Amino acid sequence: MQAVAEKVIARAKELLASGEVQRVLGWEKGEFDYERTPALFEQGNIDKLVYDKFCAANLSKKLVEVSKLEGKTLALIKPCDSLSLNQLLCEHRVKRENIYVLGVGCKGMEGKDGLCMKCEFCKGKNFAISDEVIDDESCREVPQSDRFAAVRELEEKTPEERYAFWRSELSKCIRCNACRNVCPACTCIKCVFDNPDSGVAAKANVDTFEENQFHIIRAFHVAGRCTDCGECSRVCPQGIPLHLLNRKFIKDMDTLYGDYQAGEDAEARHPLINFTKADAEPSVVLNRGE
Amino acid sequence: MQSTVKEFKPLIVAFCCNWCSYAGADLAGSSRLSYPADVKIIRVPCSCRVNPLFILRAFQRGADGVILCGCHPGDCHYTSGNYYARRRMTLLFSMLDYLGVDRRRVRVEWVSAAEGARFASVMNDFAATIHELGENVKLEDLRCKQ
Ligand code: SF4
Ligand code: SF4
Ligand code: FES
Repeated sequence: MQAVAEKVIARAKELLASGEVQRVLGWEKGEFDYERTPALFEQGNIDKLVYDKFCAANLSKKLVEVSKLEGKTLALIKPCDSLSLNQLLCEHRVKRENIYVLGVGCKGMEGKDGLCMKCEFCKGKNFAISDEVIDDESCREVPQSDRFAAVRELEEKTPEERYAFWRSELSKCIRCNACRNVCPACTCIKCVFDNPDSGVAAKANVDTFEENQFHIIRAFHVAGRCTDCGECSRVCPQGIPLHLLNRKFIKDMDTLYGDYQAGEDAEARHPLINFTKADAEPSVVLNRGE
Repeated sequence: MQSTVKEFKPLIVAFCCNWCSYAGADLAGSSRLSYPADVKIIRVPCSCRVNPLFILRAFQRGADGVILCGCHPGDCHYTSGNYYARRRMTLLFSMLDYLGVDRRRVRVEWVSAAEGARFASVMNDFAATIHELGENVKLEDLRCKQ
């Protein structure tokens, strides 16, 4: 990782110096030892650019705004981030001609409590999109894991247990909106969760409905487009397992409509904007055994 | 003396598409077929107009059951609306089940304009199921009131 990191930083400096790109989107040291913050770099501050095992933050969403700037931006993109970026390109949210994608090898990212949940369930080390890749053998190992195991475990509980589980989990929410703000699939300019009349940006809700059903609505809004990048669960200060909602949708779509990975193919139509005449009726839910 | 046991009067919301199912309901009415008064019909242009949030909203406002009716697959007035609705509702129902809301409380039925009798029997059947299930869990509590 050390070797890859050095090469990445050297290459970023080189591209910036040559004028091929105007700025670099990467990470700098954050407030805590285990934290790296997304940042933009130019000639003046490029020495602050870091790439190490704490660069968990997915930079792809930043490109929605950054790619509107004059000139080209170099974006450092990890394999899982490349899926999010590709999905954004598919939705025409990022200007492809304004970015240079440098795929950076990743051995799994860490946070305060060690390996990130999303990396425990890494979806692979391929780059869905890149102009250039810097990695090595050590960055290509994919851990063996079953990301739907926890979903299945929940499904096997009784409805009362499930209701109690979600009630206790979701009651912890402080509606900081971090999960929505970080989500690369949540790029609506006008979001249902904001109340433009409240005078408090990105916080207050229009009414209690959006407030009470926040988590389900959010998960449904990104269903089909969610790449399972795990950022929502990573940033939640309350430790709510939001990925269990996303993965439930993914698991259902996989079983009902065939395996699908959002972001893998920028030309694909995701399961919710697609159909076949032979699709299952909604009664399959009713008819499946307990 | 007044009885302390309150009779359970379920609230059932039925979303019906304008072109088939609402006309089917009309036919049921003009043919003098009866269906329970607990069913409140909301007319929508197409089954596909029903945003999954409408169903969550109905539950949050205290519905005990929600049913969506549209044209039979292949017969949608807008060609394919009900095919999209079908996928969406399947996923929503599965999610509601996952959250612990009884999956018998939601249903999708295809009812054509000519099926007045079917409309009545679908509603009678659904209302009977909801009667049996009793009052719904309060979805509005899912987050706020632990
Ligand atoms: S995993 Fe979370 S952050 Fe990532 S795309 Fe899905 S909802 Fe958004
Ligand atoms: S990040 Fe966690 S606490 Fe904040 S709004 Fe999302 S679920 Fe709630
Ligand atoms: S018009 Fe009836 S389902 Fe589309």
